Amino acid sequence: MSTAAPPQVGAAAEKPRKVGVTERARAERKLAWMLCAPAVIVMLLVTAYPIVYAVVLSLQKKDLRFPDEGGFAGLDNYVTVLSSDLWWKVVGNTAFITVVSVVVELILGMLLALVMHRAIFGRGAVRTAVLIPYGIVTVVAAFAWLYAFDPATGFVNDTFLSPDDKAWFGERGSALFVIIVAEVWKTTPFMALLLLAGLTTIDEGLYEAARVDGANAWQRFTRITLPLMKPAIAVALLFRTLDAFRVFDSIFVMTRGAQDTQSVSILGYDQLIGRLNLGLGSAVSVLIFLMVLAIAFLFVKGFGAAVPGQGDDR
Amino acid sequence: MLSRVCVAAVLCLSLGLAACGGDSGGGSNTLNFFIFNEPGGGPQEVAKKCSQESGGKYEIEFTFLPSQADAQREQLVRRLGAEDESIDLMGLDVIWTGEFANAGWLDPVPDDMVGPASSQVFQSVLDTAKFEDRLYAVPIWSNTQLLWYRKDKVGDKPPQTWDQMIEVAERENMKIHVQANRYEGLVVWVNAMILSAGAKIVNGPTEVSLEEGPTKRALEVMGKLANSKAAPPAIDTSNEDSARLGFESGDSIFMVNYPFVYASAKENAPKIYKEMGAAVYPRVDADKESKPPLGGINIGVSSFSKKKDLAYEAIRCMIKAENQITIAEKGGLPPVRSDLYDDPRIQKLYSGFVDPLRDSIEQAGPRPSESPAYTDLSLGIQRGVHPVTEIKDPQESYDKLKEFVEQAVKREGLL
Repeated sequence: MSTAAPPQVGAAAEKPRKVGVTERARAERKLAWMLCAPAVIVMLLVTAYPIVYAVVLSLQKKDLRFPDEGGFAGLDNYVTVLSSDLWWKVVGNTAFITVVSVVVELILGMLLALVMHRAIFGRGAVRTAVLIPYGIVTVVAAFAWLYAFDPATGFVNDTFLSPDDKAWFGERGSALFVIIVAEVWKTTPFMALLLLAGLTTIDEGLYEAARVDGANAWQRFTRITLPLMKPAIAVALLFRTLDAFRVFDSIFVMTRGAQDTQSVSILGYDQLIGRLNLGLGSAVSVLIFLMVLAIAFLFVKGFGAAVPGQGDDR
Repeated sequence: MLSRVCVAAVLCLSLGLAACGGDSGGGSNTLNFFIFNEPGGGPQEVAKKCSQESGGKYEIEFTFLPSQADAQREQLVRRLGAEDESIDLMGLDVIWTGEFANAGWLDPVPDDMVGPASSQVFQSVLDTAKFEDRLYAVPIWSNTQLLWYRKDKVGDKPPQTWDQMIEVAERENMKIHVQANRYEGLVVWVNAMILSAGAKIVNGPTEVSLEEGPTKRALEVMGKLANSKAAPPAIDTSNEDSARLGFESGDSIFMVNYPFVYASAKENAPKIYKEMGAAVYPRVDADKESKPPLGGINIGVSSFSKKKDLAYEAIRCMIKAENQITIAEKGGLPPVRSDLYDDPRIQKLYSGFVDPLRDSIEQAGPRPSESPAYTDLSLGIQRGVHPVTEIKDPQESYDKLKEFVEQAVKREGLL
């Protein structure tokens, strides 16, 4: 298909250039660099600098409350973090929240995308309605869920969901449940939108051909829709996993990490902002950054192989 | 005004302009007071009065901090960490003194100010404003927890010890309310229990005390309450407000809480209010006086302020006896001067419990806030004892608490 064509052209054109770069190509490349330069410089200032600074801080013994202390600490902070039971418990929590919420979001998002794709009337209205939760500020949404489940102010305890006066945030299981529900409610529309974009690229003719061959709805979904949507699903999963892994707002609003519901971001916040322990807190931040990088790498590697192959099949 | 300050702050942050700090609060005689928005409006009225009386020498302007103490501290330390010059005066929770002073954010109270700042002030309150024997802030109002009880159930003589309270509550099939969620309120309770039992959490900033016998005794009483019929079902998430609501609902016989509950009951539960009595905080052992919790606000002057002299002049005015009474009348916040408890206005305001209130502040045991790493200590204590319903074997709970406090004192590890 046409989407696969430009890279091939580019790849083909790349080779002869390496042998003898023409004057014009060199000038063009120079211009390209100059055009990119402002953006690159801004990116370096606002992202690279803080990241490097965090790494530098994480190698120091630095605590704002004890200005006289300081100095190079080597990898001490990392050893402290990685040898702490709390860290692994919190990583486990975060992974649990991430996996459960992303899986549920993927299923619900796919259903919503199919509905939006097939909607015959009121397409615009349906799509807008689905997007509303995503448009609400996370903190506001978190408060809405907090108040809904709060035994004193909430309506949830008055419904069939919970016959007695349940303190939802009083124990780990139910608190994590509400946090995940809030996350799912908030970001399923985002998932649905990305998947919808993938759905619209599939040629209707393929479905017609499959129907002629006698494929039922489930077969059409698993044999046509899913394989062709693989890149869209990969992107949606990648974005959502990275997002979910850094979950902060909902937990901060609902439990502030009590009942063992901390995520890695909450833990980093507690060390940095609460304890003002910049060294330890930066080490946590750097580790979060590395984990996010690893997730992105795994996704790109895992799904990446399938992306170009798909073009050849068609 | 507030929005203008916010915009200025945002601009300063985003542009990193060094010049922003100085002029964000207006003219050269403006003193910026960072404090939470006290709902009674007492501090605001007092500041206005003092500004007027100064005849234009200074003008106090408020920048309000969030209502929760944790959030207030976060906002202040972020600014102080960046050496923000726009803060002149700060309303400090009694537990921040050690941390702020050690970090070099507080200007030590000048010698000529120490006299007025400590005259007639309860010793327990004054201690909260000190770090390494030096005064770093000026107390303006205090707070303490009392034992609130139902006169229709226990008459005018409530039990003196926790054990007796649990017994009476179980017999009456009613609840006892405390604060045991994993937050500062739990530290308030644990600290009062341990001090009342005759032990201390720390001996100075770097040494763990936690004498084994009395500490185990304190934990044992807490666990006994948490696992008794007298404990509310949600005790592990309880706070001041859930305790207040529980007591107002009428199913409770005792509660330890701050005096705001009295005014609240008058408004929300008049029937309960009529039967409410107050006494000094309960004892752990019958033969040892209790050490009630201590709260309140001290005013500190930022070491980055350009108007320190003016700031102290303003403090001198705000802490006047007359003004402490205004703050008490507006918001129910107890004065820090002990002589004021004989004043008819204060007697009227706290009628029915003025004596327990004064005794409570007098014999109160502060939290270990002389430690510059108080936040670590607080987090460690919270982790060490939460959830209180799990305190079943005092020895096990003691070992757990001690381990956490030791880690916190050394400021090691994640918390």
